[in-house]
Amino acid sequence: MVRSKNQVKIYDSEKVKWVAIEEIKAVWFYRDLMVQLVKRDIVARYKRSTLGVLWTMLNPLATMIILTIVFSRFFNMRSVYPAYIITGLITWSFFSQTILFSLNTTLRGSDLYNKIYLPQTAFVISVLGGGILNYLLSIIPMALIFLVTKVPIHPTVLLFPVGLLLLATFTLGLGLLLSTGVVFFPDIAEFAPVILQAWFYITPIIYPAELQLDIMGGLFLKINPMYYFIKIIRNLLYDGVIPSGLDWLIGFAIAILMLVIGWWVFTSKSKRFGYQ
Amino acid sequence: MTLNDPEEQTAVFLKDVSVAYRLPVERFASIKEYAIKKVLGKVHYKDFFALNDINLSINKGEIFGIIGRNGAGKSTLLKVISRVLYPTTGRVWVKGIVAPLLQLGAGFHPELTGYENIYLNGTLLGHKRVEIKDKIDAILAFSEIEDFINSPIRTYSSGMVARLGFSIATAWVPDILILDEVLSVGDAAFREKCSNRMQELIKSGATVFLVTHDAQLISELCTRAVLLENGHIVSSGTGAEVSVIYSRSLADAHSLNR
Repeated sequence: MVRSKNQVKIYDSEKVKWVAIEEIKAVWFYRDLMVQLVKRDIVARYKRSTLGVLWTMLNPLATMIILTIVFSRFFNMRSVYPAYIITGLITWSFFSQTILFSLNTTLRGSDLYNKIYLPQTAFVISVLGGGILNYLLSIIPMALIFLVTKVPIHPTVLLFPVGLLLLATFTLGLGLLLSTGVVFFPDIAEFAPVILQAWFYITPIIYPAELQLDIMGGLFLKINPMYYFIKIIRNLLYDGVIPSGLDWLIGFAIAILMLVIGWWVFTSKSKRFGYQ
Repeated sequence: MTLNDPEEQTAVFLKDVSVAYRLPVERFASIKEYAIKKVLGKVHYKDFFALNDINLSINKGEIFGIIGRNGAGKSTLLKVISRVLYPTTGRVWVKGIVAPLLQLGAGFHPELTGYENIYLNGTLLGHKRVEIKDKIDAILAFSEIEDFINSPIRTYSSGMVARLGFSIATAWVPDILILDEVLSVGDAAFREKCSNRMQELIKSGATVFLVTHDAQLISELCTRAVLLENGHIVSSGTGAEVSVIYSRSLADAHSLNR
């Protein structure tokens, strides 16, 4: 029998100092696991439905059609409204689904990591990975809407991956922060959908941002991180303009800050997870 | 005799290890209630010690038995060794990779095929994709499920799941193998096969932890063992010695209950 090639590692509980850094190394070591977890989630989610992965595309399409029928008369945007709405919608559902999934995985997954050592951030990261994959798939129905409603596709779409990366960074940070909370207070998992619902409505997704400028001088836009991310992504995909330097700066700052806070809180508390 | 530091041949070393679960005396229905009581300083805790000042030094290549009744702290001890639980106090030192043999079906997904589950389970145990690819034939041969490899695991019998799990966990020689009540699954032929595989692993230098409440198993297989009771080590010695003490304590408890 041949030994696994990994060199002999020594674990000493007294020498675990920089958990946040150790966790990054561990996540890298378990990178193949995360790929498997993403695969598992996707396969398991669709295996028993006839239309399978098609649902990823049908869902935003159906929601968009409903919202268009209900709201297009309120906001004076006429034919371009479907394209406007679907860009915001798939971006938002990537964010909210990833957050909710992270919470559920952290709550449910505990039976597995009660028996075997794993970097626990790996679960949240793999949820994010699945979310990104879904997002990319839902670009197909979005492109369809763009074609049908004759909204031109601009070269700025080439910068879209950067916008997505920023949003993903922010989402991971918030997901880790809330997942830490949910271990100690499972109620958070019940409460999160309500908060996200409210957050959805104060973010300009189904209505133009200008509508909010009258309310307290647009204060709710300025303090809403999701406003910036959706604005950046919408600028790139829908408006065909490069977001302003200030928007990029704010987006970068919030994303990095959120990830650092989330990562730090999660890893420094993860020693206590097993006790809950 | 307790050592202060691990030695050259040490595989696992525990020094004054305690695990205390902090249990609130009352239950909280919600965050709100908790927050109010916390602010008012009305949250009372009591510590429940699942492990109490455990000192152990296990050498490379030993088959170490951990025996005790339910709730004695066996599983907690394993969790501490396999890094799942961080000790409340004390030092845990482990040299090498710990491979737990997960309980029946843990780490498998019922909707995935046997083939997909091998990759999932293998990466859970910390192996790379390429390493798993190298071993896949050996895993299939040992588990005898070649014909079902493309069917979802939910269609497998529990014996097949057990065989697959054992094959994956022992496809690589781990530095430390943890067997927690797992040898009780499967038919006689498979147990025989498992037992042979374990002997092979031990010969190639693995340290094995065997957790059970089966005194006979401890006496047959273990070089050394400890008896746990309420989170304390109440006796330690060779597998045969400890299993006798355990059987006697069981008999005493039994006669007291009458």
